[in-house]
Amino acid sequence: MTEDPKMQETKIQAEVQSDVRKNPRRIAFILRRASPHVKTQDDARVMTYPTALSRFVIALEVAFLLLVWISLLVNAPLEGIADPMHTPNPAKAPWYFLGLQELLHYFPPVVAGVLVPGLVVGALIVIPYFNINIEGESLWAKDRKRRLMIISAVLVLFCLFLLAYDVIVALVPTLLIGVLMLWSARFSSESPRLVQRWLFSKPLSFWIMSWFLIELTVLTVVGTFFRGPGWGWILPWQS
Amino acid sequence: MATIKTEFEKLRSTDVWRTIFRSGSGSSNLHRSQAVQQNIFLHLFSVKIRSRALEFSATWYLGALTLSTFFVLIATGILLMFYYHPSVPQAYADMKDLQFVVASGVFLRNLHRWSAHAMVFLVFAHMFKVFYRGAYRPPRQFNWVIGVFLLLLTLLLSYTGYLLPWDQLSFWAVTVGSNIAKAVPLMGKQIRFLMLGGNEVNANALLRFYVLHCVILPLTAILLVGVHFWRIRKDGGLHVPEKKTP
Repeated sequence: MTEDPKMQETKIQAEVQSDVRKNPRRIAFILRRASPHVKTQDDARVMTYPTALSRFVIALEVAFLLLVWISLLVNAPLEGIADPMHTPNPAKAPWYFLGLQELLHYFPPVVAGVLVPGLVVGALIVIPYFNINIEGESLWAKDRKRRLMIISAVLVLFCLFLLAYDVIVALVPTLLIGVLMLWSARFSSESPRLVQRWLFSKPLSFWIMSWFLIELTVLTVVGTFFRGPGWGWILPWQS
Repeated sequence: MATIKTEFEKLRSTDVWRTIFRSGSGSSNLHRSQAVQQNIFLHLFSVKIRSRALEFSATWYLGALTLSTFFVLIATGILLMFYYHPSVPQAYADMKDLQFVVASGVFLRNLHRWSAHAMVFLVFAHMFKVFYRGAYRPPRQFNWVIGVFLLLLTLLLSYTGYLLPWDQLSFWAVTVGSNIAKAVPLMGKQIRFLMLGGNEVNANALLRFYVLHCVILPLTAILLVGVHFWRIRKDGGLHVPEKKTP
């Protein structure tokens, strides 16, 4: 019917007798797309039981001992009973949401509370489905000039956007990563220093993820330790 | 020491023991393979593992540590449930009881709370480590996606647990969070109503968060953790970077 070679591939059929007593052969079909293609075959292997399992038990014990130790030293916070009539200033979310709460200070809730987390989760999910992330080729491997232009433009626009909304907290990490990223374009795989070669070899996904990691850390730390009444600046040792 | 070992070997060769652990005593690779294959929990994992994947630098054991905190959380969480009523104002009184009446009650609550924070931190760390190792690449794409959902579940577990003490800290943290849900376009108010069982954080919200925190979210997490581990085997074992050919 069709001359498409892919279609022909899937047409291959094998006849296998279902009576196992008469015909005790087994045939395993390994389809190319479904198989776990493990490339390194010659690696040394150890038994899961007991080697890997005992390593896990050690990890568990170390974690447990540390947590017990912390729990003996530091008490979990407990404030007065919930009182809807009395709003504390500031009312803070749990620490892992304080990055978002910090953004909420600059942007309307639909942006900081819905759009940004939605985009982050969406971006995380699709990471492994883009070839550019899988090949992991250096950002500057080809089209260096064009890419330099596009990335500079995007960076400048994004920084202006952050500046327009006064988001200095997010601007600083962006500038840091942006400068490093553009700086890495000056190097090549033959640069004299290891750091230079390392920076040069990094793909776009590395830069975006590192930017996300730094933003996440900075926003969370600022929200947790440096924000006081009215979400104003405060030093951690003042209260 | 030697007697303990021989006694243990004797125990392992009893008929009753053999009905429970069919692999029997013995330390051949066959026995050890069967110890994994024939155990309902361990059979999720492969029988052998690349020794490079066990090196500390490969994973920093972040997945194992995350699972450890999860175990601690389940154990302490069940104990805490014995002392807790999800109702207003009894919930807060139970916190005070844990503090002053229940033996080691403070320690129990501390351990649960700090483990929860540790788990959130470790899940994030695990995610970034996997990313920088490139372990999300084919054929492990879908396990990465499951991991993202496990991250969300961890955050939800922690967030729903945050309300349960019913003190000022928990009440206003959840109020801040639920106000964000209101900002969802078109159906924000409905989502918030569904979440809280009302228009504000009250006794209904406490009950909903309790059920989510103690039943629905943990069960979902356990299920997904199972799939997450099983997929490691199905996707060809823990990721180790290819050896560079000289």
